[in-house]
Amino acid sequence: MNWFYFSSPSTFYGLAGRLAPWFFALAAVTAVWGLYLGLLVAPTDAQQGEVYRVIFIHVPTAWMSMFLYFVMACYCGLTLVFNTRLSAMMARAIAPTGALFTAVALWTGSFWGKPTWGTYWVWDARLTSELVLLFLYFGFIALSNAFEDPRRGDRAAALLAIIGVVNLPIIYFSVQWWNTLHQGSSVSFKGTSMHVTMLTGMLVMSFSAWFYAAGAALVRVRSIILERERRAQWVRELKEG
Amino acid sequence: MARDLRLAWRHPDEIILTLAFFALVASLFPLGIGAEPQLLARIGPGVIWVGALLAAFLALPGIFAADFIDGSLEQMTLSPHPPLGWAAGKIAAHWIISGLPLTLMSPLIGLQYGLTGDTLLVEALSLALGTPILSLLGGACAALALGARGGGMLLALLALPLFVPVLIFGAGAAEAQATGLAPTPHLSLLAAALIAALVGVPAAVVAAVRISVD
Amino acid sequence: MYWSSWDAFWAMGGHAFFVWMSFGALFLALAVELVLLRVRRIRALGDIEEERELEAEN
Repeated sequence: MNWFYFSSPSTFYGLAGRLAPWFFALAAVTAVWGLYLGLLVAPTDAQQGEVYRVIFIHVPTAWMSMFLYFVMACYCGLTLVFNTRLSAMMARAIAPTGALFTAVALWTGSFWGKPTWGTYWVWDARLTSELVLLFLYFGFIALSNAFEDPRRGDRAAALLAIIGVVNLPIIYFSVQWWNTLHQGSSVSFKGTSMHVTMLTGMLVMSFSAWFYAAGAALVRVRSIILERERRAQWVRELKEG
Repeated sequence: MARDLRLAWRHPDEIILTLAFFALVASLFPLGIGAEPQLLARIGPGVIWVGALLAAFLALPGIFAADFIDGSLEQMTLSPHPPLGWAAGKIAAHWIISGLPLTLMSPLIGLQYGLTGDTLLVEALSLALGTPILSLLGGACAALALGARGGGMLLALLALPLFVPVLIFGAGAAEAQATGLAPTPHLSLLAAALIAALVGVPAAVVAAVRISVD
Repeated sequence: MYWSSWDAFWAMGGHAFFVWMSFGALFLALAVELVLLRVRRIRALGDIEEERELEAEN
């Protein structure tokens, strides 16, 4: 298989258009399944009561906020090393969805924190570094749109994203490195402190978030390709719709 | 590199402006929040660090702006001079007009806030280790934002989030000292971050300048 | 099924406000993003159409 075949925007435009509906469909199915497990089937938490059910959206969105930044930074690396156009467009397409998941993770976290910790917000390492992640996404979006020449925006924002990668391990390990109010991870490879239904629900919701993010990024990259290649012959020949 | 440093020394007015800005910012807090000695001693280390961070930020556009406009930036990327040394010179010049005078002046501001001997020393030490990191990270952001729309606001959005960890550990060191804890963990982390930034950031600055003159 | 009644489900053991503010915000955010994606696509296609017409005139 020729991997470079799909690295041209014109061929990727078609591929993304065919894949996106499948990702959205999978996201919807897994979301229904995950919400059914999380909201209707899973038993209550002995310590926190029903409010723990926020975990089924808080943890998947928080994971995705970091994972999407990592994927975006990988595309940015490709942009800087190989100067490929499509990778820069993919990074631009991922950033808004990543920022959205980061904002939702912070929001749900604070509505979970209020009844369990007694406060909507604490300035501990985990929350602060996640907030910094949100501003890195905003900075990436702002910088990529700040130049007349979109190729310059691509490359400048790519370098910024790569500098910002140092924040990811800080977020991930912050609950181990510092004594914070935020609890440590309850999922590990050695075993888990959670009920099986809870764990399944959380993982299913994480897959749903992943499918949704993939679908949204593919739909957005199609618009970006159209905007950037407006004057290209193949765009002119596209059928309406 | 030597030329940039000489230029920085030859224009002491910039250093004086930085110091005046720092003193003004530091005096706004007692006027705005209230001047009880206990409160001031509590917020002192943080206020000094925030002032240093803002002063470093405001000096950022000056690092490359003149060279960008007169085209010598473009020449520099073409010249046989090692661009890493050139980038390091630019950043060092920024540190001389922002970080260095602030570090030297911080004990004076600290006294105004009622900080005592050891805390003043730790505060100055944390600034000495931390402000070069601000100059390095800020220099990379200033290079990325060259010729961008949005000016100062864009630069703030890029640089301030990256400054946050430095602020936390810098202010944390003096605060630990003031509350009777050991400041060494914070200071070692700052030192490690400084070494990492010294190794990595000049290359990023050169890459950013290359992007901006492309 | 864990719940004994739908009322108990909506009440979430007295934490309804916090649980539904979280889930509501997520679904609102996703809805907004999907609308924005749609708008952006329509706008991109409209720009191409405009350009085509301009060219046809010349």
